Parts: sequence; C-alpha cells; structure tokens
Amino acid sequence: MNLTLKVWRQSGPKDSGQFETHLIEEVSEDSSFLEMMDQLNEQLLENGIEPIAFDHDCREGICGMCSLTINGFAHGPEDSTTTCQLHMRKFNDGDIITIEPFRARAFPVVRDLVVDRSSFDKIIQAGGFISARTGSAPDGNAIPIPKEDADKAMDAAACIGCGACVASCKNASAMLFTSAKAGHLNLLPQGQAEKDARVLNMVKTMDESGFGNCRNYGECSAACPKDISLDYIAKLNRDHAKAKIKNLFS
Amino acid sequence: MFTSSLGKKYLMALTGLVLIGFVFVHMAGNLQVFAGQAQINSYAHSLQSLPWFVLWGSRLFLLASIMIHAWTAYSLIVENRKARPNKNDVEVTKRAGWSSLRMGLTGTIILAFVVFHLLHFTIRSIYPEYAEMTTTVGSPAGEEIHDAFSMIIAGFKHEFISVFYVVAMFLLCRHLAHGFSSVFQSLGLRSEAWEKKLNLVSFAYAWLIFAGFSVVPLSVLIQKHGIFQFYDPSFFSS
Ligand code: HEM
Ligand code: FES
Repeated sequence: MNLTLKVWRQSGPKDSGQFETHLIEEVSEDSSFLEMMDQLNEQLLENGIEPIAFDHDCREGICGMCSLTINGFAHGPEDSTTTCQLHMRKFNDGDIITIEPFRARAFPVVRDLVVDRSSFDKIIQAGGFISARTGSAPDGNAIPIPKEDADKAMDAAACIGCGACVASCKNASAMLFTSAKAGHLNLLPQGQAEKDARVLNMVKTMDESGFGNCRNYGECSAACPKDISLDYIAKLNRDHAKAKIKNLFS
Repeated sequence: MFTSSLGKKYLMALTGLVLIGFVFVHMAGNLQVFAGQAQINSYAHSLQSLPWFVLWGSRLFLLASIMIHAWTAYSLIVENRKARPNKNDVEVTKRAGWSSLRMGLTGTIILAFVVFHLLHFTIRSIYPEYAEMTTTVGSPAGEEIHDAFSMIIAGFKHEFISVFYVVAMFLLCRHLAHGFSSVFQSLGLRSEAWEKKLNLVSFAYAWLIFAGFSVVPLSVLIQKHGIFQFYDPSFFSS
C-alpha cells in the first residue's frame, strides 16, 4: 500500500517543531507500524535526509517504550494495542496518516517523536515500591492473598508505563498511571505498611511534575494498551482522601 | 486537604453535591406553582420567615458552595491548559462526550444564569415592581405577603426570559449528566461494576431537573399563547 505520512519533526527540546510530509510506497499490510517507520527511515537515508527519531524496544507490546500519537490517538486508533503491535492492515491504501509525539508539558520532546518520560520514574521513586529486606526469596505462598485482590493487583501491574494515558488526556493528567502503580501495591498485604505515605508522596510528585488534573473523561483508560480500569483512579482518590484525613488526626 | 490536584477534585465533588441537593429542593418548591396561588405563596412566605440565621446561613452556605465550585473549576482549567500547552494536530476522543468535555462552558453559562436569576426574582432589581406585588392569598395570618405566584406569571410572560431560562436548564441538565456520576468517581466511590447503573441514575436525574424546572416557564408561555389553561386566566389579563 502507498501512504502519505505527515510526521512531526523537531530538532531538539528548544525547537518549536513542524510537520513534514513524506510519501511511502509498497508498505506491506503485514508490517507493524514501527516497521513502516523503519522503512520510511531507510528511504530518508537513501535520499540523504536525517531519519526520524522514535522510541521503541521490545516491539512485542510489553516494555512500554514505543509511543506516537497516530491520527490523534495515542498508540493509534485500535483499542488495547501498542504502536509496535499495530499493523498496517488497519490502514487503507492512499491514507494520510498524522504522526505526532505524545504531547504534555511533563513529557518534553527530546527529538522528533521521542519524548522524555522520566517524570514517570520520579513518581515511582516517590512510592511505587515496597521497602523489603533483601536476602533469599520468601516462600511462594507464605502470605495468603485473596484471589480477588491478587487479580486486581495483577490487572494494575499490567501497566507498562508507556504514557498513553497522559497523551490521550485533554488535561495531560497522569492519574491512570499513578493510580495503577499505587493501586497495585496498595491492594497487596506487602504494600500496607507504606500505603498512606505512598499515596501522598506519589500524588505530590505527580502534581509537581506538571501533569494536569483529572476530570473524569475516561480517555486514558480508552487509550490504554493494557485496558487499565478507571476503578484504580477511584481507588487512588479514596486512598488519598483516607490518608489525608488520618493525617489530620495524627 | 484541598491543595493537591485530588484535593481540588474533592472540593468540586463536595460543592457539586451540595448544589445537586439544592437544585432538587428548589425544583420541588417551584412545582407548587401548579397547586395554585395560595400554595406557592405560603411556601415562599414560610421560607422568607425562617429565623434570620437559618435563612442567611443557608444563603451564605449556598453562595460559598457555588463560588468555591466555580473558583476551583477555573483553577483546574487554567492548570490543565498549562499542563498541555501544545495541541495535537487532530484532537479526537474515544469515550468522552460533549457534556463531559464542556463542563466549563455549561458551568459558566449556569453561573451567568444564576446571577441574572437572583437579580430577577430574589433581589428584584430588573423589574423593581415585582417587590411591590403583595396579596393576602396564602398568608397564614391574613396579613399582606409577597405575591410569588403573580411574580412568576409576570416573569415568565416575557418570551426571551423564559427561553433563556429553559436553555440554562438544558445546560444544567448536560452539566449534571456528567457531574452527578463524576462526583462518585472524584470521591473514590465509583467502580465499573456499578458505573452503568450510576450513569443511568445520573441521566435520569439530569433530565428530571430539566423537566421539573422548564415546565414552569413553558406552562406560562403555553397559556399566554392560548394553547392550554394551567392557571386562573385573570393573572394573564394585565
Ligand atoms: C447549580 C449549579 C451547579 C451544579 C448543580 C453543579 C454540579 C456539578 C457537579 C456534580 C460536578 C461534578 C464534580 C466532580 O467531578 O466531582 C460539577 C463539575 C463541574 N462544574 Fe459544576 N455545578 C453547578 C454550577 C457550576 C458553575 C456555576 C460552574 C462555573 C464555572 C461550574 C463548573 C464546573 C466544572 C468546570 C466542572 C468540572 C470539573 C472537573 O471536571 O474537574 N459548575 N458540577
Ligand atoms: S516497543 Fe515495547 S511495548 Fe512497544
């Protein structure tokens, strides 16, 4: 298939950036979106043009490294799909495809389509962990965990931290990410000791990183390649309120 | 408690909840106009003659709620603009509908409406003659009281006022369609398991409010144009 690509180019964080249009021919329907980008870059190299920078790593939908806003949708219009798992057969011959970086103040553009998502790391460092003694691994089932809680924690842990929630949010809010990371640990017995501190610190860091405020649109969950539910946001709201109220009395 | 992004949402939700309760009571009060002049006048009079601290306490509480609600809304909107300075070339949505995306717009028009409405019927500075409308109908002790009934008929005989009123109630309906369910999400009391049911309640409540408020100005206009008679026609003569 032949496509017209309208791609965002930006030489660095200070550059204001602009779109560039490229024609690409003979794209296989079986190739992934990133393979199509590879093909484009080879074509650009042959013509002596600087290739387009974009993020990728595992290319099997588990690392959260790929990004791209495709025709306005984070990771493209398909539900529950990362860009690396998006196939070109979902597009039609002759389509014009707009490709932009994930846009948010907290995700500054590094170059072209690559954005700096390290504010997510800061949120994790603020409480997305449990403090534990190192040493030999504990027995598998030493701590009993109700199946339902384990399932919910696993669903939250499915978050790959790609940032599609922020990119799809009109308010650039990081609530879905933060709530999945906090919720995952808050649901488990191992996470209880640090629960209140975790919630307060992660929310504080989230706010300080320049993300917007959640307004309950639900776009994040709709764009999430792992279908993280809005229930985790409700849970974060609840856990945060509880922690704040407890603080009032201590 | 209320300084973080989540804290602001708690404020929005709590003040929103106060306003949800208020609009329901207000609507139920208004509907008494259909029970006749005596009923609505005595209801209005009983509210006016509440002890001053109850009357002014409630007024200040409601005023504070709406001001905090609006102030927090604008501060969220300003912060969110800053959080996403660059727009996408194509802005699309998968789930969010018109009502949720336009809370600021519908809220702002509601605010303008509330100001107008207070000047119109409470402070009565738009038509000062409303303040002079008195009667003994509906008066508990037989003394002259304010004639709320005549004021309502007179107020809604103006097409442009009634139309603005109904449009504002439609926007309130849209505001509530998202807002009612959103309160529970903001306070952490919603889950996908009952979100569908909650959205249904939200939908029903929003339309109930629209219908309950709009039927009053519409009934006045319908009678004015001779289509159906809801009230004693002598109130339409002047
Ligand atoms: C009688 C009047 C009003 C009622 C019953 C009402 C009710 C509500 C409710 C229940 C919510 C949901 C809160 C939440 O998400 O937790 C809400 C949100 C909102 N309201 Fe109002 N409201 C009223 C007036 C206003 C006014 C005057 C404004 C003016 C600026 C306004 C602006 C907003 C905005 C922007 C939101 C969305 C906040 C967000 O999405 O984060 N509202 N309202
Ligand atoms: S490249 Fe790893 S998830 Fe897409």
